[in-house]
Amino acid sequence: MSIAGLRDNDGRKSALNVHALRADAQRESLGLLALLSPGLVLVFAVIIVPIGWLFWLSLFDEAGQLSAANYARFFEQASYIKTFVTTFKVAFVVTGACVLFGYPLACMLSQLPRRAASICLIFVILPFWTSVLVRTYAWLVILQRKGLINSWLIDLGVISQPLPLANNFAGVVIGMTHIMLPFLVLPLYASMKTIDVDCLRAGMNLGASPAATFRQIFFPLSLPGLASGVVIVFVLCLGFFVTPALMGGGKVIMWAMRMEQTTSLYSNWGAGAALGVVLLGVTLALLGLFQRLLGARATGVWSQR
Amino acid sequence: MTKRLCIHGMAVAGLLASVAVPASAADTITVASWGGTYQEAQTKAFFDPTAKDLGITIRQDTTNGLDDVRLQVAGNAVKWDITELGADECARGSKEGLFEKLDYSVIDKSGINPKLVHDDWVGISYTSVVLIYRTDVFGDKGPKTWADFWNVEKFPGRRALSGSQATETLSVAALAKGTPIDKVYPVDVDGALQSVDKVRGNIDAWWTSGAQAMQLVKDGEVDMASIWNGRAGTLKKQGAPVSFSFDQGVLTADCMVIPKGSKNKDLAMKALAKFVSPDLQANLPLYVDNGPANEKAFETGKIPPERIKDINSAPENVKKQVLQDPEFWRDNLVEATEKFNNLIQQ
Repeated sequence: MSIAGLRDNDGRKSALNVHALRADAQRESLGLLALLSPGLVLVFAVIIVPIGWLFWLSLFDEAGQLSAANYARFFEQASYIKTFVTTFKVAFVVTGACVLFGYPLACMLSQLPRRAASICLIFVILPFWTSVLVRTYAWLVILQRKGLINSWLIDLGVISQPLPLANNFAGVVIGMTHIMLPFLVLPLYASMKTIDVDCLRAGMNLGASPAATFRQIFFPLSLPGLASGVVIVFVLCLGFFVTPALMGGGKVIMWAMRMEQTTSLYSNWGAGAALGVVLLGVTLALLGLFQRLLGARATGVWSQR
Repeated sequence: MTKRLCIHGMAVAGLLASVAVPASAADTITVASWGGTYQEAQTKAFFDPTAKDLGITIRQDTTNGLDDVRLQVAGNAVKWDITELGADECARGSKEGLFEKLDYSVIDKSGINPKLVHDDWVGISYTSVVLIYRTDVFGDKGPKTWADFWNVEKFPGRRALSGSQATETLSVAALAKGTPIDKVYPVDVDGALQSVDKVRGNIDAWWTSGAQAMQLVKDGEVDMASIWNGRAGTLKKQGAPVSFSFDQGVLTADCMVIPKGSKNKDLAMKALAKFVSPDLQANLPLYVDNGPANEKAFETGKIPPERIKDINSAPENVKKQVLQDPEFWRDNLVEATEKFNNLIQQ
């Protein structure tokens, strides 16, 4: 009897506890929501509203009638599709080049002693602080027909005809790779720094060659950083304007340049807005795809884990 | 709801602020132009003398063209009282109803080509598209006509044309086909596009700004190009080995308008009347290569005779050039530009 009574008492107590805990949790989440609300209002006002407006504008033609004319144009005119393909081609090639140059660089940086690494990092970050416009013009001076590289190579007798490095696809890729490199190296370096050196030592201790240690331990552990770097670079490339406009010689037309052209060509903003909506949609779809393929960590770029 | 109210509140506050400023300075007008050396020349030629004459202050701003005017008029936030545009932009903006009507009892239109005098816009100056070539490559035997420019066997070398100004490149392409200068307008757009198609494989750069055209020629990135005469003149003055002439040039006009909703419309009208008067128009070529829109400027005696031959709108030079028709492009620009972009991107 006494035991049963105790049990009964306990049961009531735990039910009370659950209730109290639930109320507490609710209070806490409400408190968090309240803390979050200024941020949410800001996001709503400066991101959601303008983008919604952009979408709304894209649905009207030049006469101000509701129509799909701005979107139909993409299918009627081959040049829009061509621009789209060019944009992705540039983004892919630049991302590839960034990985090719950035991975070994980040790898080397992560192995250096702290002091040397921070000095080297300055050289990665310094150009990052320089205006994109300035860097692009600098590349033009270096790469063009009578630029530094071509005149040196011709003077040295390596080539007789100047290499076509500027005002074409190659120029755009070179210029953009230089600008995008820090976006890959920095997250990659950060993730490589967190790799426990003891894991590598343990691997070697168990008889793995340096190559095998790299392949089986270091590389897989660096993948999340690489993935987030790749995503940043790729997405930034899709919306790039300055470098292709100056280095492409008018032959490499990317989506953002097309937006500028379209906005000034048509008297309504719908035409340009439609291009923006398409780019946004494709970018979001790609981010979703990356997230599925590479895991949430790839797109949660700025989070610690 | 509160969020929306908040946004409305801010918008109202912003409007109030923008209304408050001009009200406190009734004898001030704001004029927008393209910036750079051109606007500096306009300041000396037009703005400063007008401000002195009328006893007003002329504030200056720079414009990117018709988009800016659309933005201000559509957003009901007109901050300019007068702005400069390309003539085809004026014709398009006029169709869209973006400008105030001009009062020709205040503005004296005599001496201005009637094609550039309209209800709500008026010509202000001329720019020419000319063929420039490098004399260190061709000596003085360079391409003289657009047909030469198109002839890649006779004149091998690297070439640049404007990619952003489809109207100008299509005019030039029509000339290259052998169309006489008085038959270019109305442009046979499809014929001109075929003409562009013939040369486009040999174009190394399609420039999108005057500065870029200049840089391409100056650095030897290309050996010949289409270029605006002001830029060409600057290159020559800087000592670059180049040659150009007004033969087969394409004369394009710039115009000025009063954006709809300007708060100092009447004062702007008076200032605009000064800008297009022969006396001030004659000042412009003293500072820059863009010719005056008012022919009477050449009769004022202000422009030295040896300077006249270098001015694109001097009667002698006008005869050699095609005058771009703004109203033709008002009706055909969008379609032609889309086709042109389509073509050069293939």
